Amino acid sequence: MEENKEAYWQENLRLIFICLAIWFVVSFGLGLLLVEPLNEFRLGGYKLGFWFAQQGSIYSFLGLIFWYGAKMNKLDKKYHAEG
Amino acid sequence: MEELKLYTYIAVFGTFALYFAIAWWARAGSTSDFYVAGGGITPLQNGMAIGADWMSAASFISMAGMIAFMGYGGSVFLMGWTGGYVLLALLLAPYMRKHGKFTVPEFIFDRYYSKTARVVAVICLIIASLTYIIGQMKGVGVAFSRFLEVDYGIGLGIGMFVVWVYAVLGGMKGITYTQIAQYVVMIFAYTIPAVFISLQLTGNPIPQLGLGSTLADGSGIYLLDKLDMVVTDLGFKEYTTDNLGGTVNMFAYTISLMIGTAGLPHVIMRFFTVPSVQAARASAGYALVCIALLYTVAPAVGAMARLNLMNTIEPVAGQNLEYAERPQWFKDWEKTGLLKYEDKNGDGKIQYTADPATNEMVKVDRDIMVLANPAIANLPNWVIALVAAGGLAAALSTAAGLLLAISSSISHDLMKGILTPDLSEKNELLAGRVVMTIAIIISGYLGLNPPGFAAGTVALAFGLAASSIFPALMMGIFSKKMSGPAAVAGMCSGIGVTMLYVFQHKGIMFIPGTSFLGDMGPNWFFGISPNAFGAVGALVNFIVAFALLKVTGPAPAHIQEMVQNMRIPGNVSAAHDH
Repeated sequence: MEENKEAYWQENLRLIFICLAIWFVVSFGLGLLLVEPLNEFRLGGYKLGFWFAQQGSIYSFLGLIFWYGAKMNKLDKKYHAEG
Repeated sequence: MEELKLYTYIAVFGTFALYFAIAWWARAGSTSDFYVAGGGITPLQNGMAIGADWMSAASFISMAGMIAFMGYGGSVFLMGWTGGYVLLALLLAPYMRKHGKFTVPEFIFDRYYSKTARVVAVICLIIASLTYIIGQMKGVGVAFSRFLEVDYGIGLGIGMFVVWVYAVLGGMKGITYTQIAQYVVMIFAYTIPAVFISLQLTGNPIPQLGLGSTLADGSGIYLLDKLDMVVTDLGFKEYTTDNLGGTVNMFAYTISLMIGTAGLPHVIMRFFTVPSVQAARASAGYALVCIALLYTVAPAVGAMARLNLMNTIEPVAGQNLEYAERPQWFKDWEKTGLLKYEDKNGDGKIQYTADPATNEMVKVDRDIMVLANPAIANLPNWVIALVAAGGLAAALSTAAGLLLAISSSISHDLMKGILTPDLSEKNELLAGRVVMTIAIIISGYLGLNPPGFAAGTVALAFGLAASSIFPALMMGIFSKKMSGPAAVAGMCSGIGVTMLYVFQHKGIMFIPGTSFLGDMGPNWFFGISPNAFGAVGALVNFIVAFALLKVTGPAPAHIQEMVQNMRIPGNVSAAHDH
């Protein structure tokens, strides 16, 4: 019982860590810290770094939340932890 | 003008009638209905309600205007106010839903077994929420006075009455269903003009794509390149690279807005209204979908409004608009004082440049961009009427959510929780309604006589949420051992550091002339502006709490047990297949 709770929590923490790493890269990384080199590339009329800051980061956040939700639903099932 | 007024009356009072009807249909019968809508809202409904709750007059009216004049620097609002939902979905919402209480201060009380912690949380909540409501009430007054040409005070009074009816009658249940309707009004009002303008400028009806397209004037130039050219020719910074005082400041600003968003109590309490932990996770996703619909359109609205404004004043480089031939919207906004022209060189034409010595557009208020946008682009009158109704929906829905957060923290946390624990459910409900009425009157009064510090207080609201509430909640869930006294000390030092920095720049309680240590230079801490300082406050909070944890020792065993329980959605059994 206790080991299962701990295992469930560890798997959850691993997922959270992956998601937050991506969250950081798409916003602070591509949209902010690397904006100048990325602006050398283009996506239509958008400079790429500018696009990440004003569009791409938001789409990535959306993908992240739904991906995390789906993975957690599976994890809940695996550990019979739905509630 | 008469046609516009008629359309506006139909749009505004039509939507008000709808809100009343919904409030009557969904009126609250119990404290559970009143605080958490009986816990039976579906994730999609909750997502729309959170969207309306979250997107205030600031998002609807101000944000695109700020982006229009800040260019790339405006990205801090786009990333900050959406990235916070990732933190909510991953770090807070599911666990707070599992714990299953009505308010944020109540959660903090349970977790940190301390009435002091609860009172600190209530104080943060009330300051943050009240300063927010002032902004909403001002938005209501401005929308009424500009579009219906009624007195500002009367407009404010009508707005107060509308909120009072459905918030007091319906509580969370009425507010949630009304907010769903308000979300729909708001999103149509925002996107329809954007689609028209995107079509006009680029031939692409989807604003998100239009912003990255070439202009429809046959020149083959990309819209953003054209905008960069136009603004740099006049001496302004390049639109797509202007970085708001440096990378460090933008970084701190974005992270402050993100954790501030995740720590604002009126948003967190929405996750108590859904039936399960899984639904809480899904709600955060649906909420961000609803918010992203507006937030991904906003950069297009901002850039296109700036380009249209520039093109109106200087249709061809070197050929400036004659002041006598200025369009009707120009005259209308001049009347409000939010747009001002001064013929400095006496040639009767309008010069708009970055140099204060030659610039003749002496005032262009950022807040008029969204409201004036349809008129600048010559859109039909019904679109302008729709924008007025949308702005009101944005302001009213946010005000209602904030009022609920305030009334629940007073009636449930202060009265039922601390002062008069034997309050019956019926009386608690009555107290909630009375407190809400008083809060509406106070915020209406403050909206009518806005204190001088109104503009600076938004920084305070986000700073408080970011530096105190978010770290306290996060440590409460992710550190089983975190003790009450250490967490309270962390909260107080986080708030303290943030307030000191804000007050040092803007004056004690924003009173001019009291900004002590004035010789330290603006933004002296690594170039970080006061609005962006919540991130530093949060860091101080974490450091102090974990340092003191060594001194106080870990939280008692039954608290650690409670945290363990919070982390698991249901009853865990063996992880094998049947």
